[in-house]
Amino acid sequence: MDAIVAEDLRKRYKDVQALDGVSFAVREGEVFGLLGPNGAGKSTTVRTLTTLTQADSGRAFVAGEDVMRHPNRVRRAIGYVAQDSGVDWEATARENLLLQGRIHGMAGAALHRRVDELLELVGLRDAADRVARGYSGGMKRRLDVAIGLVHRPRVLFLDEPTTGLDPEARAAMWVEVERLAEQESLTILLTTHYLEEADRLAERVAIVSRGKVVVEGTPDDLKAGLAGELVTVELGDVDGRLDEAVQLVHDVEGAGEVAADGRVVRARVPNGAQAIPAILGRLDSVGIPVASVTTSRPSLDDVYLHYTGRDFASEDEGKER
Amino acid sequence: MKQLFRHTGWMVVRQARNLTREPIWIAMMVIQPMIWLVLYGQLFSKTGAQGRGTGSYVEFLTPGIVCMNAFFGGSWGGMAMISDLDRHVVDRFLAAPASRFAIVLSQVVRAGITAVLQAIILLLVGLALGVRVHGGFLGWLVVLAAAALLAMVFAGFSNGIALLLRREASMIATVNFVGLPLMFLSSILVSVALMPGWIKAIARFNPVNWGTRAARTAVVFGSGWGPAGLYLLFLVAAAAATSLFATWCFRAYQRSI
Repeated sequence: MDAIVAEDLRKRYKDVQALDGVSFAVREGEVFGLLGPNGAGKSTTVRTLTTLTQADSGRAFVAGEDVMRHPNRVRRAIGYVAQDSGVDWEATARENLLLQGRIHGMAGAALHRRVDELLELVGLRDAADRVARGYSGGMKRRLDVAIGLVHRPRVLFLDEPTTGLDPEARAAMWVEVERLAEQESLTILLTTHYLEEADRLAERVAIVSRGKVVVEGTPDDLKAGLAGELVTVELGDVDGRLDEAVQLVHDVEGAGEVAADGRVVRARVPNGAQAIPAILGRLDSVGIPVASVTTSRPSLDDVYLHYTGRDFASEDEGKER
Repeated sequence: MKQLFRHTGWMVVRQARNLTREPIWIAMMVIQPMIWLVLYGQLFSKTGAQGRGTGSYVEFLTPGIVCMNAFFGGSWGGMAMISDLDRHVVDRFLAAPASRFAIVLSQVVRAGITAVLQAIILLLVGLALGVRVHGGFLGWLVVLAAAALLAMVFAGFSNGIALLLRREASMIATVNFVGLPLMFLSSILVSVALMPGWIKAIARFNPVNWGTRAARTAVVFGSGWGPAGLYLLFLVAAAAATSLFATWCFRAYQRSI
């Protein structure tokens, strides 16, 4: 059975169509990644599935319950770790966890045991009775995860779990998520705008762009769908000859999906080692200077570019929702 | 219903516990009302502002300061809501099966409890300054009820505004804009008998004045309970109304996210 089903979710905020027909399904026990730049609609999707936001239209089921019709049943079955920490700063980790457990109807020794277990699990045992105000970003984040897990949910939503963490804390969080998926036998829906994060953690990913799922599959399948390698040529002073450069690259044998972005020309080729000399030769023969050339095996970045026609990094810049 | 009470209880405990971790807040909560009482008590002591036929000005003032504290305390209640919104604690509760009404109600109840504690401190300070609660035990109850209800009336209003504005600066401006006029349009500092006619007319509809008159009856007169009881009933109705307003604002917040 599918743990999460989203069917054609739409949501409009004043002048922004945040969700423009989002559909996907997550199997039980799976770690599923929603990947996309800031503002693509990932958080709105998660907020809809966790009952915080009402979609304008569409249907959604989480743990077998209809999100719109039985929100409280859904709330009992899910853990939600929001993009922004929901930790009460003036309370200790233990107090945060106890309150959350009580809201979920837990009590007594069973609750205290569960809280101890979680403090241990996320490595906050020694800090458990200190006020959270003094915690590091990584500690607060781990407490958020523990808060989401108190009531042993079947489905866990992790919205941007590592945004704002330093690389070390991020790596630790990755290990954490992997361990949780195994130990607590959870279905996890993870959103991220880090390609490497989706690649590492998610068994399947859906790429979200401008309120829609553009493609869905395992990271390997998606990458395999892109034959060959990506060649990126950064030109020197193009001086209005960009179109000419694009045409030249296009004429190289086997080159496809040629695209220009500023002074950068990208093309997909069957074999980088053979294509690069040909590309450089052609550009050189007409006197277009080249600053650098790189070749890369397909990454999720390329998958994103391939399916949306837009570069992930530039899409992501300065687009805080 | 049972769930509402339990969730409200836990959330009140949470807020109260968090406040006790702010030593400055506790100090201010205890010291500031004393300063008002002593300062205003001295400032107006020879003006006869209490009107004729009553005791000392300090005795007249004590129930007034109790009410002033309660309604100012309640008015600032929404700041805690803004802090919870900013820290996304509210969203965390919303994604869990927390009673929605409890999230609002707990803020209102907490304001009432704080006001009662402050009222007790103020009455004790008043006793030290020679004030007598003429209404006896019933008088004490009426003063504490007036304080709790006034705080809740304004906490409901304040939380509603907090949920609509969601910004501390706007909140501070609004509370200051509303708070001081309401204080001077009541009999906190000056007897109703000495007010100009138009202020007297407005004061009749001012909840701050309802609380003040009930509390003053209990402290200064110790008789004429009928009107005092009526004022308390008005306050109960007003507290219910502002709590509903806050709940409506909470729904508006939920729709906006």
